[in-house]
Amino acid sequence: MDINPMTILIASIFTNNMILANFLGMCSFIAVSKEIKTSLGLGQAVTFVLTGTSIINYLIYTYLLEPYGLEYLRFIVFIITIAAFVQLVEMIIERYVPTLYYSLGIFLPLITVNCAILGVSLFLVIREYTLLQSLAFGIGSGLGWTLAIVALAAIRQKIKNAPVPKGLQGAGVTLIITGLMALAFIGLSGVVTIQ
Amino acid sequence: MIKGVRNIFKNGVFQDNPVFRQILGICSALAVTNLLINSFAMSLGLIFVTSFSSLTVSLLRNYTPGHIRMMVQTLIISAYVIIVDIVLKAYFPAMSSALGPYVGLIITNCIIMGRCEAFAQNNKPLASFLDGVASGIGYMFVLMAIALFREFLGFGTFFGFAVVGDWWTNWIFMIMPPGAFFMLGILIWVANTYVPAKEENTGGAQ
Repeated sequence: MDINPMTILIASIFTNNMILANFLGMCSFIAVSKEIKTSLGLGQAVTFVLTGTSIINYLIYTYLLEPYGLEYLRFIVFIITIAAFVQLVEMIIERYVPTLYYSLGIFLPLITVNCAILGVSLFLVIREYTLLQSLAFGIGSGLGWTLAIVALAAIRQKIKNAPVPKGLQGAGVTLIITGLMALAFIGLSGVVTIQ
Repeated sequence: MIKGVRNIFKNGVFQDNPVFRQILGICSALAVTNLLINSFAMSLGLIFVTSFSSLTVSLLRNYTPGHIRMMVQTLIISAYVIIVDIVLKAYFPAMSSALGPYVGLIITNCIIMGRCEAFAQNNKPLASFLDGVASGIGYMFVLMAIALFREFLGFGTFFGFAVVGDWWTNWIFMIMPPGAFFMLGILIWVANTYVPAKEENTGGAQ
């Protein structure tokens, strides 16, 4: 595994996008993408938490779980780390950056159950990334997720008054739009690819 | 009692189907449906985890303090997911690597947490167990439906057996991510049109 962290960063934003290529974080992606402003808020919070948890989980896995042969505990450990990190971040920004808290606060509890966060931690174990690669992967995945949800919200705002067939309204048409977006992003796959 | 059981199943599989009615747990529904066999393994894993975590949550419901119940539920679910992961690794290593991180992601599959919160928290253990099984079967039903079309169109096969001749051209598109999004979108459309809803639900998880 000798990939330039910069390559991983670019690839995880565009070609290996968390939502459009790996289907992670779909629940909030569909539920919260009605407005650009809230989508951007959620995207920022996800990026922030992803960056932090990918580093922490990498360190815990490499220095605590692996040396003692406890790899099978990683699911429990990762989810506890994520929950604790989210809680901690919530308390810190509430105390020191209240303006940020008002814009991100409501999204933070949602993030614990966002599959993208756990997914990134599991991917970096499977792909055997180093510390720097994990950091790049965390940031890139967060930015990619933000890009996708903001783009989707923009499209959904545009089609708000469009005559969509009744059964397709809501989740159905959102999935079709996401499919079209995924198709467009596949066009970028010639740029960089990671596996 | 029998009628109650029938209602649980009818609701779990059709009327309140977790995937196309409540838009829950679609991450994995999209990711593993390029092959029927993957979807089948994933669904069995999910049925196991949902039913047993509902049972456990229900057994512990009177001893769990309200404000930490989410954490307790997450830990119970993770414990069962670890069992699934270890069994897959030990007996079906090929399947384990095909599903990759998506086995671990059963933990954040909102269906399980949703059933624990909405049903197991207030119901008796046996009913909760059956409710878990029913939701799991509802999930399996949708996964198999999507996988059936994606595998057939994408590879021309059914459970890995070729069912069409050489003249068939594979739709590579169907096994790539956009194919999954389109299939689920169409399935939701069909379901909303033909399965009568009890109440209007425009979709919105969590």
